[in-house]
Amino acid sequence: MGSIKDKAAIIGVGCTKFGERWEKDVEDLVVEAAYEALEDAGLTPDDIDAAWVGFLYDFTGVSGNTFSEPMKLFGKPVSRVENFCASGMDAFRNACYGVASGVYDIVIACGVEKLTDVGGAGLPMSQFGHPVIGGISAPGMFALAATRCFHEYGWTKEDLGRVAIKNHKNGVLHPKAHFRKAVTMEEVLSAPIIAWPLGRFDCCAMSDGAAAIVITRPEIAKQSKHKDDYIVVKANALATASAQPMYRNSFDYLGFPATRAAAALAYKEAGIEDPAKEISFAEVHDCFTITEILNCQDLGFCEQGQGANFVAEGHTEADGDIPVNASGGLKCFGHPIGATGCRMIYELTKQLQGRADGAQVKEPRLGLAHNLGGPGSICSVTILGRPD
Amino acid sequence: MAKIASFGAYVPLYRLGRQLIGDAWGIPAVPGERAVANADEDSLTMAVAAGLDCLAGVDPSTIDGLFFATTTAPYSEKQSAGVIAAALDLRHDINTADFTGSLRAATTALRAAADAIDSGNARSILVTAADCRLGEPESMWEQLLGDGAGAVLVSKEGPVAIQAALSVAGEQVGPWRRAEDRYLRSFEAKAETQYGYAVGVVEAGKAMMEKEGVTANDIAKAVITAADPRSHAGVGRALGFQPAQLQDTLFLSIGSPGAALVLMMLAGALEQAKAGEKLLVVNHGDGADALLLEVTGEIAPAPGRKGLFGHLFQKRDLPSYTSYAHFRRLMERDEPVVASSAVTYWRDAKDELNFHGARCLNCGVIQYPAPRVCGECGVKDKFEEVKLTRKGNVFTYTLDHLVAGQYLNTPIPRLVIDLEGGGRVFLDMTDGDPQEVKVGLLVEVIFRCLHEGAHFHNYYWKCRPVSQA
Repeated sequence: MGSIKDKAAIIGVGCTKFGERWEKDVEDLVVEAAYEALEDAGLTPDDIDAAWVGFLYDFTGVSGNTFSEPMKLFGKPVSRVENFCASGMDAFRNACYGVASGVYDIVIACGVEKLTDVGGAGLPMSQFGHPVIGGISAPGMFALAATRCFHEYGWTKEDLGRVAIKNHKNGVLHPKAHFRKAVTMEEVLSAPIIAWPLGRFDCCAMSDGAAAIVITRPEIAKQSKHKDDYIVVKANALATASAQPMYRNSFDYLGFPATRAAAALAYKEAGIEDPAKEISFAEVHDCFTITEILNCQDLGFCEQGQGANFVAEGHTEADGDIPVNASGGLKCFGHPIGATGCRMIYELTKQLQGRADGAQVKEPRLGLAHNLGGPGSICSVTILGRPD
Repeated sequence: MAKIASFGAYVPLYRLGRQLIGDAWGIPAVPGERAVANADEDSLTMAVAAGLDCLAGVDPSTIDGLFFATTTAPYSEKQSAGVIAAALDLRHDINTADFTGSLRAATTALRAAADAIDSGNARSILVTAADCRLGEPESMWEQLLGDGAGAVLVSKEGPVAIQAALSVAGEQVGPWRRAEDRYLRSFEAKAETQYGYAVGVVEAGKAMMEKEGVTANDIAKAVITAADPRSHAGVGRALGFQPAQLQDTLFLSIGSPGAALVLMMLAGALEQAKAGEKLLVVNHGDGADALLLEVTGEIAPAPGRKGLFGHLFQKRDLPSYTSYAHFRRLMERDEPVVASSAVTYWRDAKDELNFHGARCLNCGVIQYPAPRVCGECGVKDKFEEVKLTRKGNVFTYTLDHLVAGQYLNTPIPRLVIDLEGGGRVFLDMTDGDPQEVKVGLLVEVIFRCLHEGAHFHNYYWKCRPVSQA
């Protein structure tokens, strides 16, 4: 099996303000993010050879036209990628292979979602699945893990709350984050329950937004506007696990096998042996607070069962030894489904370049982004670094 | 001669004190309480519950027919008995039929079952009956009616012989519901009793005793249906019975469960009957049916059968009339739109209705829903279909307030359950307080209606704590 390591380079990133963008539509968000990325790269739409756009919902769009129409990028290949909440990072993954194969020189990956157009409470779920088997809300799916971890490890709602407090603290500093407000443990614990044991502050925001990444090969990056600080892909892995974990006899709800599998592939690809030491910082998929704790375990930042302690001990703070979600994460930055994966790449890139919009992590060498979809059934892990 | 091999009953968990109904409308209340089907229950689901109760310890593959009696079938066009038979996991090559349109439907079905046994066309037929009638809000019917179900297994063998059966016809307008009516309508109550109910019941009862040469003194228990205690006492006297001989009509505890009443009363009578006793059953509704039963052997208690009394003693009080109004959808609200497909539902009936899983012949793990490729060992198409048990323990759960894009004040408990004997399922909990759910809780799997997506009744299984079930 081959490897993507050092074969794709990021030369431009863009991201819209995340949040309730009532007055903007998908066209506005795509144009805002893609033009910011192109301007960052010093390029124009004419320079793009191909594009991949990731989003989940049919009310956001259908097909590659969701990107090509707003951008008027006609006569070129544009594909839609859908892989649950990992759609954005999978669009990025496909784009990386497009340049690494040598077929295209400059490509763009974009993720977008316009959740507030259907408003309401929580993600729309009724369009999925079976008449009577398996239906559950997004917070419900992850709450099943929280309940089991409470039972197995003795974790509490305070353990979950610490993740929300940390991520809100970080989000306050980020001008593009959905929420810009710190929260206290008292507020977190007294918030209404959404899906026990998850309360409102255990759940990420329902946001609109888009992010875009301009990708090329390192040899072209060396002549780009970012010739001195372009970022290279060290690994990019995707793995699936069962989308019906609630029926799987062997599913222990103490973590997500898709994350463990994608992380193992990514670490092998990047040549990482001890992620806890080698990964400088991470953006992980904290759709719910419990997910971030389990992600830290599944990604090997700490031992199984130690995730809650790991957060409580401050390791994942923006100034900790492995900052997790210095951006504020999905929790506070927001989670426009298809946009999130590309937003993570945007954040990693700017952190590695030392120009983070919010809290800047110290001396980053390797950054990891982790995008989880479905009931923890699709996982994409990307590792970025400076060229060696 | 056809026999009764088993019997069962079902009463919804929830009861509403009639005083609460009276208070809600500012009208007098009659004594006692009435049973109220949960929002996810209807006559069909209650018939499944009574059928399961009746079949405790009985191999469902030995049943040759399933009859369902009701005046409140969930479909105007589409047989309910077929759905009930699938949920009871009966064989495919059986006779299923709905008996409807009259409160007498259950004894009509019982007579048809006995005739089928006597003719040699069937060895055993399960007769179920359930009703969930609506009295118009503020009317006395709202207090008098109740919800429930009963079942008897009619067979070639069994401890109770059906010695004789007869019917009388009796046309009278009342009570009735036109096809388009939601609420029960009735004749003048007093005249209805005098010229309708009492005439038919007394005529049928007397005819049976004369025909079989027995007197009231020879009868241990008279199972005579009635919608109110006064008419019941009247016909009891007219037939020569002492009050102690009359089987309780469930007026104070359940209310009048329509077509199901006779089978529920019969279950109550059989639970206490002794060998050698004779029982007279008289059921009314557009005339009357009478049956003479004789207990020829010991009626052994069936493990797992709750019967009428088991269900009567396990109950929860509804806190208010509003809860009843919510359960019976008396207040108009927008129901969430849930996607469904009649085709998908039909294709997966073995998963949904029969509640079958698959055992991998390579690794032995029982899986649900049945896969093509084993989720544990990866072998393709090497499965045997297995019947899942209907009891298990909670592995993990959530109390979900978000349902179909709406925030509910009362969450739906969604439980991952490890079934006894293998298999893991994911079911909603109903009939219980969400706060009592915990990891390890023992639950039983029960049949309910989930939603009305694609304009059909999407029946499936839910669960409830065993402690109160």
